[in-house]
Amino acid sequence: MFGFEPSDEQKTLVKSVRRFAARELRPLAHDSDERGELPGALLESAAPLALLPASLPEAYGGFGQRSAVTGALFAEELAWGDLSGALALLAPGLVALPVLLAGTEAQKHELLPAFCGEGYVPASAALLEPRADFDPRVLQARARRVSGGYVLEGTKCNVPFAAEAEWMLVYASVEGESRAFLVRRGTDGLHVGEREQNMGLRALPLYKVELRGCVVSSALCLGGEGGGVEAVLGASRVALAALAVGQARAAYDYALDYAKSRVAFGEAIAQRQAIAFMLAEMATEIEAARLLVWEAAWTLDQGADGTRECLLAKTFADEMVLAATDRAVQILGGHGYIRDHPVEMWLRNGRAFAVMEGIAIV
Amino acid sequence: MISFEMPDEIRERVDLVRGVARELMRPAAREFDEREHEIPWDFVTRMWDLSLKTGQSFRSGTRRDGAGVAAQALVHVIETLSWGDAGIYLCGPGAGLGGAAIEATGTAEQKQRFLTRYREGPPKWACMAMTEPHCGSDTAAIRTTAVRDGESWVLNGEKIFVTTGHKALVDSEGLMVVWATIDPAAGRAGMKPFVVEAGTPGVRVTKLERKMGIRASDTASVVLENCRIPAANLLGSAEVSDPRKGFKGAMATFDATRPSVAASALGIARATVELLKELLALQGIEVRYDRPRHLLTAIERDLLDMETQLRAAWLLTLKAAWMMDKGLPNTLESSMCKVKAGDVVTRVTQKGVELMGPLGYSRELPFEKWMRDAKINDLFEGTGQINRLVIARRILGYSSRELK
Repeated sequence: MFGFEPSDEQKTLVKSVRRFAARELRPLAHDSDERGELPGALLESAAPLALLPASLPEAYGGFGQRSAVTGALFAEELAWGDLSGALALLAPGLVALPVLLAGTEAQKHELLPAFCGEGYVPASAALLEPRADFDPRVLQARARRVSGGYVLEGTKCNVPFAAEAEWMLVYASVEGESRAFLVRRGTDGLHVGEREQNMGLRALPLYKVELRGCVVSSALCLGGEGGGVEAVLGASRVALAALAVGQARAAYDYALDYAKSRVAFGEAIAQRQAIAFMLAEMATEIEAARLLVWEAAWTLDQGADGTRECLLAKTFADEMVLAATDRAVQILGGHGYIRDHPVEMWLRNGRAFAVMEGIAIV
Repeated sequence: MISFEMPDEIRERVDLVRGVARELMRPAAREFDEREHEIPWDFVTRMWDLSLKTGQSFRSGTRRDGAGVAAQALVHVIETLSWGDAGIYLCGPGAGLGGAAIEATGTAEQKQRFLTRYREGPPKWACMAMTEPHCGSDTAAIRTTAVRDGESWVLNGEKIFVTTGHKALVDSEGLMVVWATIDPAAGRAGMKPFVVEAGTPGVRVTKLERKMGIRASDTASVVLENCRIPAANLLGSAEVSDPRKGFKGAMATFDATRPSVAASALGIARATVELLKELLALQGIEVRYDRPRHLLTAIERDLLDMETQLRAAWLLTLKAAWMMDKGLPNTLESSMCKVKAGDVVTRVTQKGVELMGPLGYSRELPFEKWMRDAKINDLFEGTGQINRLVIARRILGYSSRELK
């Protein structure tokens, strides 16, 4: 049967995440963006949501089961609150979920229990590379086979929490095929560079990372010798598309409220078709993107090859979020350009989606 | 539950019509486009037999079925038929839009009396007449009048753009649901739907429109001159007290049929994308979903974009139908899918012509026809603009007075 309604369990979860996003994330978003950092307490405050433990089975210390659909619902709500905060809260999943999805049994037992405790466990992934023609399936970072392991060489960018992360999942090419390696903090040859300064996502600590003769043992290659990263890339695309939906919805909600209260020529500007139609199109596009995300996530949950669905969802969401956040600024007019309103920040954040891959996973 | 698993009931219904689309529609598409208004009897007979044999309507699905997937099955069926040919699909026999209006506004007795004919005997059609020469989107401005005279209503006025009007009133023992006002001073509240059966004195088809596309489908002008119908042919109640009731019935009809229009649009869009991919593949152009984006050519990007937009519109359509099956109000979702599908099919088919170059423009290939057929979906049953208005009022909580 087709179904377009979250289960009761998912609805309860969405409600609690929505409350968290409204109470904890949204009020801090503006100052965090201005200061360029997230308050440490924020990351700890999300512990009761049990983002990760709910996705990890008991055998590895969790109490649930991973579902990309549930994860997508979760991500949308978090991003509605604040995209930088959402990405920070999801960051531990950058290591834990690939291990769960594609790791060996030994890797699961070694790494996953640490993510099931109370505190926030900084973790990271290094997928992006600083070049215009970046593609996750054609990486320039190389992993050269040596006896007992691999030597990693290359440059990565937009690596969240690189300085703090206990574990970093580093993506590199092994003879032309993308693979991932679990690299522990302090490993020789892993150089965390300067904090990056970006257009948006300013509160999220992102770093450049250099790999210079970084040696990792075979046991730390995700999934062992034959391990691939396709499943991880798909889940990452779904996550980013879901976050885009949340970001767009935030902008839409704000613009809609503004348009109803702002009076021009004797009536609310929302009473003019020029504004009302923009809102109607935003609502339609957001809903369409959400359904594409759900379908892609559902496909992954079926264990089927979701390459096409994930690509469609991300392709659509990337454009949608940019258009929606841009429209929100437009609806606020000159006020939209002023940093007192959040819409300009959302437009800056929204621009990230089309250039980002692999910085979130559900 | 969030699920995208197609139930067997739907799969079976799609299987039933896929062969029809492939064998009786696609090969005949050009012929019936050029012969404008000629009835594709092979198709009509096959569809009529199928619906009699299976007890399922392939034209309207507002009635709940046992599995609770009637509307979802219908959008799948329509998408498939329209993939075969949109013009011929619109010639499909059955209760169609007229039936949807009866389902949305009629009493149980009226549904029985008017719709039984669509489950027996020779093929029949039903149509709905709303638009008048002086008013289209502004449906509340209709001037056709209905005056009570003893046990009858007497109708007078002129209707245009009546899809399948000729087939419903002239070619078969069908019927027309006509919207008329019983109190011109009452505005929307006075608008009521009436059933005029084929053969009723005083109803005349005066013209068939010559159109850009969907030429196989007849678009009729109908004149009502002292057309006398039984009092019991007024669908629902004659009460004028509720200021929104009459108009509401019209809108409820559209809630049910807009997903069908969207589905038909998307059938054309899929046909375009499929043939385009097939022909371009012969020239070595293929979309590879795992290919780095920067390595895609402009044409591959266009194809990927078309597929993405098509899927987005389809999921909106499916959701609107799913809500109908669940008995949930779906005005917002119906208009959303209609807007999106109208935009997508227009863009996709125009792009189809463009990407094939002179071949796309030639009548030897179907791309130009699909582009002509597609455009109607952004126009009928609410233009893209009217549906944006419906969406905007819903999301803003505005009345038609607050947002004009």
